[in-house]
Amino acid sequence: MNIDAVENAAQAAQDGAADPIVLSVTVFVLAIIVGYHVVWNVTPALHTPLMSVTNAISSIIIVGALLAAGPLEMNLATVLGLIAVGLASVNIFGGFMVTQRMLAMFKKRT
Amino acid sequence: MLSANMVELAYLVASVLIIFALKGLASPASARRGNAFGMLGMGIAALVTLQLDAVQNYAWIVAAIAIGGLIGGVVARKVPMTHMPQTVAFMHSLVGLAAVLIAVSACYDPVAYGIANAQGGLYLASRVELFLGTFIGAITFTASLIAFGKLQGLLSGRPLQFSGQHLLNLVLGVVMIGSGIMFCVSGAWLPFLIMLAVALVLGVLLIVPIGGADMPVIVSMLNSYSGWAAAGIGFTLGNNMLIIAGALVGSSGAILSYIMCKAMNRSLFNVLLGGFGGDAAAASAAGGEVVERPVKSGAAEDAAFMIGNARSVVIIPGYGLAVARAQHALKEMVDVLLKQGVDVKFAIHPVAGRMPGHMNVLLAEADVPYDIVFEMDEINSEFADTDVALVIGANDVVNPAAKTDPASPIYGMPILEASKAKHVIVVKRSLAAGYAGLDNDLFYMDQTMMLFADAKKACEAIVQALD
Repeated sequence: MNIDAVENAAQAAQDGAADPIVLSVTVFVLAIIVGYHVVWNVTPALHTPLMSVTNAISSIIIVGALLAAGPLEMNLATVLGLIAVGLASVNIFGGFMVTQRMLAMFKKRT
Repeated sequence: MLSANMVELAYLVASVLIIFALKGLASPASARRGNAFGMLGMGIAALVTLQLDAVQNYAWIVAAIAIGGLIGGVVARKVPMTHMPQTVAFMHSLVGLAAVLIAVSACYDPVAYGIANAQGGLYLASRVELFLGTFIGAITFTASLIAFGKLQGLLSGRPLQFSGQHLLNLVLGVVMIGSGIMFCVSGAWLPFLIMLAVALVLGVLLIVPIGGADMPVIVSMLNSYSGWAAAGIGFTLGNNMLIIAGALVGSSGAILSYIMCKAMNRSLFNVLLGGFGGDAAAASAAGGEVVERPVKSGAAEDAAFMIGNARSVVIIPGYGLAVARAQHALKEMVDVLLKQGVDVKFAIHPVAGRMPGHMNVLLAEADVPYDIVFEMDEINSEFADTDVALVIGANDVVNPAAKTDPASPIYGMPILEASKAKHVIVVKRSLAAGYAGLDNDLFYMDQTMMLFADAKKACEAIVQALD
């Protein structure tokens, strides 16, 4: 029997609440459904901006990178975190700015 | 320092703003405001995270953001629109790499993330999540790099195939999952590193057999992966913001892959097996059954005469337009025609170009108004009433064999029905086969005139002749 699993189960039983992972899965599934409906409404003409903006959005991973880079004491974990912060920043700034640049080009007949 | 509840609520606001960013893309009119919502959401998420107690290392973090932001900003300003597919592929690879780095960091020092158990090790659930986040991130990283290389022309766009390829991938996949399970059970470094290394190699091997014109599917798929990788890291950290944003991106990319596959009448599995295009070309070369058929060809002046005297013209752009960077020259021609009272429309096939929406962005860059640009389903019924269909740098997407020849590899693929127009002008550099390696009956039809030229030079010559 796995000790971790026992610990998890014991903790869950103790405070009588659902395991946090169950809540995470709930959020995950609902977000997929929202994404499905929102993205089907995107006009095909804007599929390239859709890709570049989702690119910027997936760089939300910077939240994880900031936690990794957070501790003052530098070790391998912090350095990797800092690199990840830099990479995610390239995407956030690059992704949103290039999307803005593209969207500004779409004009109606004058 | 905000309370934990405030932090969660701020993440909720950021998530809603990001959903609005995607919702805005429903029309070009609302898209820019949507993008502003997206930036705001991202800003809130980053600031809220920065003020957490766990984040103290400000000097270094600000430096990393400044360097990354500067690079991103310069790229976003400088990159030509014709290079968008490779730019997007490159950015996907950065997300993949960042996910891998975060996962390694979390394995190395779980205490810093608050995900350690009493012994300072990882819980089983965290290990499973790290396994998923790491291998998806690693495959996204190397696969996107290869896709970038192919799109940028650093690597050949031709499919690279060798015997035993699929078996090798299968074995590597089994090794990767096996060592991943060992890591989940034991929490040891060695199986984690083996899993990571194999995933990196697998990313390369999965993309090398896939040819250039299948890239719209691949870029969409990697877009999806980058979202799932972010969601995987979100599970590890128990962070709803990451899970929501990751899931949105993941489903977005999955839908785009589905649309692209459908537009080629192929399954995702068929695309991933790769090698499309190579076989057909080899077969026809070996069989020696290629018959020389007569084509009508004309000069730019002839083309100018035809479209100048037409009432309605539908222009069908393809990847050749992007290669020749002919969008501005084409727009000049459209301006002249509109001034002369010709009804000009554009017809865009979903897989024209190298990524979803590639042609729309190029036309927008050249100031072509988006309300004369139509999708395949909107315009196909109009070809019968069209005087001239002008095909520029497109091939397979107008091949009538997709409708008429059940033996054709592209049979069943939805096409733009250019052959129904009264006259067809095809601008193409030579009679060489298209990506699928197929001959195109459209070129030999009675109403078709070939204009053998580079797309840009052809447009310029037509403009001159029209004046």
